[in-house]
Amino acid sequence: MNLFKEAFDKKDFVVTAEIPPPKGSNVIPSLEIAKKVLGKVDGVNVTDNQRGIMRMCPLAFSHLLKEMGHNPIMQVCTRDRNRLALQSDMLGASALGIENICIMTGDHPKLGNHPDAKPVFDLDSVQLTKAIKELKKGVNMAGKKLDGAPEFFIGGVINPFFEPVELELIKLRKKIAAGAEFFQTQPFFERESLDKFIEQVKGIDTKFLIGISPLKSVKMIDFMNEKVLNKKIPDAIKKRIEASENQTEEGIKIAAEFIRAIRGLVKGIHIMPIGIESYLPHMLEEAGL
Amino acid sequence: MIITKQKSLDEILGMMEGKKSVFIVGCGECATTCRTGGEKEAAEMSAKLIEKGKTVTGSVIITAPCLELDTRRVLRQNKDAIEKTEAILVLACGAGTQSVAEAAICNVYPGCDSLFLGNVFRHQHFYEKCSTCGECVIGYYGGICPVTRCSKSLLNGPCGGSMQGKCEVDNKKECAWIMIYERMKKTNSLDNLTKVFPAKNHSAGTSPGMVINAGIRG
Repeated sequence: MNLFKEAFDKKDFVVTAEIPPPKGSNVIPSLEIAKKVLGKVDGVNVTDNQRGIMRMCPLAFSHLLKEMGHNPIMQVCTRDRNRLALQSDMLGASALGIENICIMTGDHPKLGNHPDAKPVFDLDSVQLTKAIKELKKGVNMAGKKLDGAPEFFIGGVINPFFEPVELELIKLRKKIAAGAEFFQTQPFFERESLDKFIEQVKGIDTKFLIGISPLKSVKMIDFMNEKVLNKKIPDAIKKRIEASENQTEEGIKIAAEFIRAIRGLVKGIHIMPIGIESYLPHMLEEAGL
Repeated sequence: MIITKQKSLDEILGMMEGKKSVFIVGCGECATTCRTGGEKEAAEMSAKLIEKGKTVTGSVIITAPCLELDTRRVLRQNKDAIEKTEAILVLACGAGTQSVAEAAICNVYPGCDSLFLGNVFRHQHFYEKCSTCGECVIGYYGGICPVTRCSKSLLNGPCGGSMQGKCEVDNKKECAWIMIYERMKKTNSLDNLTKVFPAKNHSAGTSPGMVINAGIRG
């Protein structure tokens, strides 16, 4: 029984949050955050060396979360491992009780802290999705029969702000055709863009968890606007955070207000508390979750 | 052609540490076009090495050092100078450098880094469009190679990381997937992009490559 998968049927509003594995062998601080949100989220995304910054592998950390009682959603990117390693990790994940996988291409190593690393990208996200779907049927990429087929609930990601959006939607449909059953989006910061996205994906039969990121400071807004986001964070948000006494607190408040506002409008949310994971319990509380 | 850039003098001197005499080999084709190993660059390198205390025993520009038999012939013609030298510095791509290394018995050093198989757009503007992967797929992508021109070699669409149409790795480079999309839209062939392309057969491009066309006579 996969509780995260079930949440889509049983709950009105599905909530997932991201907790990155530690940048070292000390798992205690990350696990403490996880403990505080136990029972409050339906799934926890465990990132895979996100932005090309080396951390503990998501396989091990997902296992620890599973032991704690969470439903880990193990992120897998195609940047660092070839098809042998990726399939092998999937079998390992299955053995450790990990039931949910979220697949993405991954940032290029040149953007991370090991820019000299060899970029692998043996498979792309669509091909990996398809490969995992085949593993579920008991066949590996070489066409060989497996001794025991893993069970996974497969997810993917979408960037609703990509231009031209038609190209992103073509890829979204391919991911669905390849076997993706749910999607987590890049963060939204305002209603207008979200309404537009809902309109764009109307008729596409899948499950979306809308990305939410609390903005911890004006500095972060400037960084996101310049380096990460195709659609800029509205000026009104920046001004509100700028004028506040405690920027992080205000950022959390804004995100919580946004969550309250879109509840009922979307199937669920995926919270990415970039750099302020320790505020996650507080943010959930603010949002009434 | 093979696009090269000259190594720094410090690196060249570091590689050749302890070698007092140097013979310079240049390339009359690609490295001449790239201005990394033609007549002029060989003469400039010679002057720099002399300034650093090396003895330059001679230099020659081989029309195409990647043609191995021609390279052997030219080196034989320069036998006297080469016999007196402790090192040969090759201002050409890695293929040319190895061709020289196999033809000579002294230490051979690369004076250039080989960057890519490049198209020449205009004077000194070089672009990589093919990475000789062994299995050409451009027919499925409107004549634009995603293997080479997408920094992640994605076959099923963009990574989503591009900003204002530029690649996330380098904002001076176009996102290949947007180029493919625009091109296929113009030719009403976007339907071709909707199918899932299977994983690439990397065995087709296994190094080192070797082709022997038996039966074809020059």
